[in-house]
Amino acid sequence: MVADPTTDPLLAVRDLRTHYSVRGSFIDRLRGREAGAVAAVDGVSFDLRRGEVLGVVGESGSGKTTLGRTLLGLVPATGGSVHLRGREITGLPERELRPLRRRLQIVFQDPHASLNPAMTIGAAIADPLRFHGIAADAGDRKRRVAAALERVGLAPASQFADKYPTDLSGGQKQRAVLARAIVLGPEVLVADEPVSMLDMSVRAKILELMIALKEELDLTYLYITHDLATAKFFCDRIAIMYLGRIVEIGPASQIYDDPKHPYTASLLRAIPEPDPTRSVPRDLPRGEVPDAVSPPLGCRFHPRCPRAFEVCGWESRDLRTLLETRWTRMAEEEYERERELVGELDSLDEPAVEASLPAGPGHTDEEALGVLEAMRAEAPDDPFWKGVAELQPDGSGARVRFHEPLVPRDLEVDGARVECHLHDPEALAAARAAAASDGPAVVAEPT
Amino acid sequence: MRVPRFLQPVFEVRGMARWLLLSGLAVVVFFVVLAIFAPLIAPYGFDQVSADGVRFPKQASPSGEHLLGTTVQSTDVLSRVIWGSRTAIEVVVLAVVFSLAIGVPLGLISGYVGGRVDRALVLVMDALFAFPYLLLAIVIAFLLSSSVGQGVFTAAVAITVVYIPQYFRVVRNHVISVREEPYVEAARALGAPRRTVIRRYVFHNVIQSVPAIATLNAADAILTLAALGFLGYGIQPTEAAEWGYDLQRAIDDAGAGIWWTGLFPGLAIVLLVTGFTLVGEGINDVLNPLIRQRAVEPPVIPAQPDSELPPPGAEPPPRGATEARATEVHRE
Amino acid sequence: MSEPGGSPPSEPGEPVTSGPGEPAEGGPGEPLLAVRGLRVWYGTGGDPVRAVDGVSFEIGAGETVGLVGESGCGKSTLGRGVLGLLPDNATAAGEVRYRGRDLVGLSRRELRDLRGPEIGLIFQEPMTRLDPLHTIADHFRETLRIHEPELGDEETRKRSLETLARMGIPPTRFRQYPHEFSGGMRQRIMIALALVLRPSLLIADEPTTALDVIVEAQILQILADLRENFDTGLLLITHNLGIVAEACDRVAVMYAGQIVEEGEARRVFSEPAHPYTRALLRSTISLRTTGLHYIAGAPPNLIDPPPACRFHPRCPDAMAVCRERDPIEVSLAADQRVSCWLHGPEDEIPPQGAEPLERTEIAIAEEA
Repeated sequence: MVADPTTDPLLAVRDLRTHYSVRGSFIDRLRGREAGAVAAVDGVSFDLRRGEVLGVVGESGSGKTTLGRTLLGLVPATGGSVHLRGREITGLPERELRPLRRRLQIVFQDPHASLNPAMTIGAAIADPLRFHGIAADAGDRKRRVAAALERVGLAPASQFADKYPTDLSGGQKQRAVLARAIVLGPEVLVADEPVSMLDMSVRAKILELMIALKEELDLTYLYITHDLATAKFFCDRIAIMYLGRIVEIGPASQIYDDPKHPYTASLLRAIPEPDPTRSVPRDLPRGEVPDAVSPPLGCRFHPRCPRAFEVCGWESRDLRTLLETRWTRMAEEEYERERELVGELDSLDEPAVEASLPAGPGHTDEEALGVLEAMRAEAPDDPFWKGVAELQPDGSGARVRFHEPLVPRDLEVDGARVECHLHDPEALAAARAAAASDGPAVVAEPT
Repeated sequence: MRVPRFLQPVFEVRGMARWLLLSGLAVVVFFVVLAIFAPLIAPYGFDQVSADGVRFPKQASPSGEHLLGTTVQSTDVLSRVIWGSRTAIEVVVLAVVFSLAIGVPLGLISGYVGGRVDRALVLVMDALFAFPYLLLAIVIAFLLSSSVGQGVFTAAVAITVVYIPQYFRVVRNHVISVREEPYVEAARALGAPRRTVIRRYVFHNVIQSVPAIATLNAADAILTLAALGFLGYGIQPTEAAEWGYDLQRAIDDAGAGIWWTGLFPGLAIVLLVTGFTLVGEGINDVLNPLIRQRAVEPPVIPAQPDSELPPPGAEPPPRGATEARATEVHRE
Repeated sequence: MSEPGGSPPSEPGEPVTSGPGEPAEGGPGEPLLAVRGLRVWYGTGGDPVRAVDGVSFEIGAGETVGLVGESGCGKSTLGRGVLGLLPDNATAAGEVRYRGRDLVGLSRRELRDLRGPEIGLIFQEPMTRLDPLHTIADHFRETLRIHEPELGDEETRKRSLETLARMGIPPTRFRQYPHEFSGGMRQRIMIALALVLRPSLLIADEPTTALDVIVEAQILQILADLRENFDTGLLLITHNLGIVAEACDRVAVMYAGQIVEEGEARRVFSEPAHPYTRALLRSTISLRTTGLHYIAGAPPNLIDPPPACRFHPRCPDAMAVCRERDPIEVSLAADQRVSCWLHGPEDEIPPQGAEPLERTEIAIAEEA
């Protein structure tokens, strides 16, 4: 199959997965046990079209950096495919990957750490030319290095080529790193947080340079960042990542003006504005990105989502979080009293749609149930309660059955793709059915 | 000629470290000169027992004829000490070069490649390291003596085997931390073959720890060589003069009040070992950034009666940008 | 800015001089913290680096003051200088009055006793400040044992849990180890550890820089609640103007070791008086920004800063006088002070002093 550069995407990523195995504690390792695998990238698909800037935005732990490194073949993909101009590049051995590196380059977050401290700037930029045998001779190499340096604004080149990284400021170092990336004449540049380590006053300069380079050199960018504000300037399209998946991807204007996913909306709300008339937003998602070793059931964002409902994936661990949050708000004595009514919470750590909250020693299952009912009475609007299908004593504690979770589908909504049940008629219907089956009284009488 | 960047601080060093370095270097250079020009400096050959057909006296005390006296075998002590420094320097240079040439690359490969190669190498090196070093040197010297003879080369190899694990360990551990640096990953992303990554990106950044160990090991090697000679497993007396052997021969003399046969070789050992140690410590002080920073004194802030006055010290010419940045690094 | 020219009325309650060792409450008009002409210089072996060079500002009880500026302008040094937490090669001079007591020149021991119960500290990297081998409970017990040894076990536990709860850490996690918490949780724990001693002043050096936006906003909420619930004064050091806008009552803008503008946050943000403040505001990229702007050049080398106004080589509005004479601090309407010749005083500007300065082109080579 011959790739047509005009219509085919430059980079086509399908169901890409990158899993790392994590080492457990020292004791686990002695016993020869692996603690599990982190699905850092867990089924990501997108196209990168020629000449566009695609922003990949997410918090730390979203897998955005691993995505960039997997695309470059710096970490092996666990599954899925990446086609560069129609050619599969995952699973290629390093030897075959090396020539492709000319076309696919990366800029890392920390400009200081990504330059070899023992090498001058000139040597650092000349090195890739040598790896690929590009320059005809030393003179040619020198000319190309000078041209690259001047193109990124480090002019006159002679003044910078012999300097060491420690002699340059942060912005200058990032310019040098960009020079090193473009000297090979790449088609795609993956920029992993290229300005986040720089001062605010310098960021604009580097972004402006990157825009200029894109125009002059006909580059295509994958811009990885946690900062939706810089992405707004820079990107044609935006992909929002959360726990290894793209939860929303679409044209930049649409993402900013009309975010479809509640996560996108909260990311936008959280960005601080230099405007003192605006106060800190109060309706932020609770908690932080959970551990990727065992992500939440159903929709991965549901525990933090203000708009989650019946089928979003409510489960045992959400119960624990809710209890702990409640206790955090309680006065000491009140907490002590309630804490005694229920037993150890560790049984809730195993993700399950049916969980049992054990009664504390010397207390009955009815008392444990009472705690949950008091919780509901206090905050009946918490999305958690939509997820509860049944609540009843089971002899040893309070049994909670949640609605069957649905995994969000990849949906097309107004030209954007989004993974959220709010936009899925089938999920909404399932939720309605689930709510109806509960009946108005969710507490089933013990039989 | 350009000085390698990592060695530059050596030339800028001040204070205690400079003193250590210079005095150590003076001693070492003195012995190196003795070693190189031994044929010119030494009055006699190392095993010469007669001159112009006249046999030297036995165990003669220091005199105009024999400045440091003679030994029980009638050899000239001064000549033996001078020729002995040639042997010592030869063995040390060979041993350091061999152990660098083997230990450093093995450490690089083990650290960078990791996995089974690493495990196997670490096991072998740890086994070597755990072995009593003198015993190890003796075993090697003994094994080689039948095939290569008991000369400088054999002694150097025996000492080399003892020191390889040290270089290996230091280099390997350093490589493991450097390997994770973004610039190494950047080199891979740029398409550098693995050999180039190790050579140009890893090696250059781990080599800094080597000079200090090499000089300190050199000091240690002198002692090991002397110990081998003392125990009779070192260089054959017919091959070259060696201080350890001389010391061993001088043991009986000591009881008889003949002090010169033992004192001078012993003094030579002590001096050369001290010289190398001083150089090593000096280099360590200079190349270790943590020790380097501590030396700076806090400035005196002059009282400022009026803000209109130009701040004191505004006159001096601007400093180089390098220096300014270096101080800014630990500030923010 | 070494002269506290137009500072708020501190004159009636003349600073109470007190011998070291006996903490004295300031007079009624005395702010919680009053810094006057503070200088912190670092030794380099050659000429000193003047990281903080004549800084004056105040923090009232329960007030949050933001300290902003590019990196390399001495913000962190100022924060540490206030606490006497300086490396061995630094010297501090000037006046740091905390509740009327001058902290400059106190012994290390006296400063150590103040740190914690009086002035708390929050750093950027919470993980490096927590001991991985001890539980959160251990950390609290240790902190309280050192500073409030009279507290009993039960009281210690109660105080700790109460403070943690305010930071949103559930009591069920009291006995867990630092690594069991996420980055944001650790920063909350660090804040709780500072607050459990009930300091009246807190210095936070880039407390949210290492955190994600949502967690950052959560922490800012906590800091905002702080002034309401605890009446704690807060010096918030950051390079992010968005954070200052959302969390601070007042803001001090620092450039090349000096405070060039200071005032009520709303006022400074809506009507920035100093060209540097304007440039900083313009260069901040937020969702509402419509164009990319930056400040030409870089903060100067503080060993040999530019003469007179230190910002003049980068200033778009520089005049002849800016290169000749140190700017004089001027009080503008409302709570706002600025050190810039654009705001006078007119009678101090020599003839032709207001002529625009021929600007030498700032090469990219000189930039940050």
